[in-house]
Amino acid sequence: MSVDKETVARIASLARIKMTDAELEKLAPELSNILDWVEQLSEVDTSDVEPMTAVIANSLRLRDDVVDADPLTGGGVRDKVLANAPAAEHGFFGVPKVIE
Amino acid sequence: MSDIIELGVADIRDGVAAGDFSAREVAEAFNAQVAAAAELGAFIVTTPEKALEAADAVDEARQRGETLGSMAGVPIGMKDLFCTDGVQTTAASHILEGFVPQYESTVSANLWRAGAGMLGKLNMDQFAMGSSNETSYFGPVKSPWRKAGSNTALTPGGSSGGSSSAVAARLCPAATGTDTGGSIRQPCAITGTTGIKPTYGRCSRWGVIAFASSLDQAGPMARSVKDCAIMLEAMAGFDPKDATSLDMPVPGWEAALSADLAGKKIGIPREYRMDGTPQDILDSWERGKEWLRDAGAQIVDISLPHTKYALPAYYIIAPAEASSNLARYDGVRYGLRDLPDGSGLQDMYAATREEGFGDEVKRRILIGTYVLSAGFYDAYYNQAQKIRTLVARDFEQAFATCDLILAPTTPSAAFGLGEMQADPLAMYLNDVFAVPASLAGLPAMSVPAGLNSDGLPLGLQLIGKPFDEQGVLDAGLAIEQRNGFTAKPEKWW
Repeated sequence: MSVDKETVARIASLARIKMTDAELEKLAPELSNILDWVEQLSEVDTSDVEPMTAVIANSLRLRDDVVDADPLTGGGVRDKVLANAPAAEHGFFGVPKVIE
Repeated sequence: MSDIIELGVADIRDGVAAGDFSAREVAEAFNAQVAAAAELGAFIVTTPEKALEAADAVDEARQRGETLGSMAGVPIGMKDLFCTDGVQTTAASHILEGFVPQYESTVSANLWRAGAGMLGKLNMDQFAMGSSNETSYFGPVKSPWRKAGSNTALTPGGSSGGSSSAVAARLCPAATGTDTGGSIRQPCAITGTTGIKPTYGRCSRWGVIAFASSLDQAGPMARSVKDCAIMLEAMAGFDPKDATSLDMPVPGWEAALSADLAGKKIGIPREYRMDGTPQDILDSWERGKEWLRDAGAQIVDISLPHTKYALPAYYIIAPAEASSNLARYDGVRYGLRDLPDGSGLQDMYAATREEGFGDEVKRRILIGTYVLSAGFYDAYYNQAQKIRTLVARDFEQAFATCDLILAPTTPSAAFGLGEMQADPLAMYLNDVFAVPASLAGLPAMSVPAGLNSDGLPLGLQLIGKPFDEQGVLDAGLAIEQRNGFTAKPEKWW
């Protein structure tokens, strides 16, 4: 299973990573090598095997249905949430214009 | 008090409690060690004032006659994957350069509550992706170890390479690490240090920057089994803020430590005897068997038939989870933003991620995106998750006939910085012995096995049943006591 430059360009675009032509050229054989190597998994018969969903059996919990059950993950911390934003304006995250 | 720096976690804690020295003296001694070791590149940020502040609090509590915590007076290094309130946390990436968390990770908060203090944030492979510490945006970490008669800079392993280098070089008595596919065990093995990855879910992942969430586990790295037991006890515990946190009490691992292995069966997996494994690794494995036999254990052969598929399965699962986890770095909420003139939102995402991620991180995001993309999901990701079931089943079946598994930690000793960079695949093979236990969520530890003919450390790995950290630590202690590993790197930095 070989990956060509066009495929790498398509994946990079899906992953929202800009790449130069030179980077795509370099990555195509690297990714091909890695994907060829993982290809060996197809030789294992897994027709009666369930895919793993939890490595240690654990039941999912619900938190108490109250506001700010845990203050650390609750609300009311707008300024902290925005503290590391590259562009915070008027109490919101700033982004480039998306609507004409 | 120059010998303070040779003390471990237990000795420092007990010495501070007994009044042999103050916590402040300890913090000052290690702050000085850290300040004098910039050449190793082990720290991204140093926080001597934090270490002193924690030490003073312990000294004052002792003055008042209060009961001291289990890590009271012990200054530690914190891997830069743990969010620390008010202290830059980057996962050694450019995209998080300057990110200052507004909250504290559960694991680090647990450690501070136990009386530990922070010497600084430790360098690592970028987003924990790497086995050599060369993928850090802030430059590689050097191992304090060198081959006999050579000045070549060696890797301290990865991804917790700042941790292993700092502990081996006596910059801190212990450090936190995280292990996704060997990132605690491999660096410990090749720097002659000791570290344990607990059962998946023992340590909360809350506030730990995510790489592959179904695999990521935090654990301690130190210079003795007892120190690891003490520190793991302080780090572990149920946390409702992590959906996969184990709702179980933390056992008293330190108090229950015992090197008597009478009645224990130790499994030797025949598939771990791989073609091309160097003789010194095989020899150390033989020594390990002898030590465990001497401690009363019985050695039995076991089979883990899907071992060879564990690593390729890991290199589908981990990148798949990483591609999803790292989608959060968008230039909007935190971290770097690259907004080329006149560009829109999509261009901003792409430019920010181009600029902010290193090559290995990009490589893994692309692999992950590919194996999760329409048309390939079943062939790659689903197949890998089925293989993961088979790998876990192998262990389950093996544990019907043995209590613990003994294997090498790594397929070789430390290699030179730069030596493996040309071939990403060759680098991945470093974790061939470590990854299977990660896929199965099992507790596993690396303890020193001695030095090879070049004078470089090798490690032995112990893998236990789910929740049996005690068994793993006990067998580690049995090896430690018989090995009597006292070698340390000669100071050149």
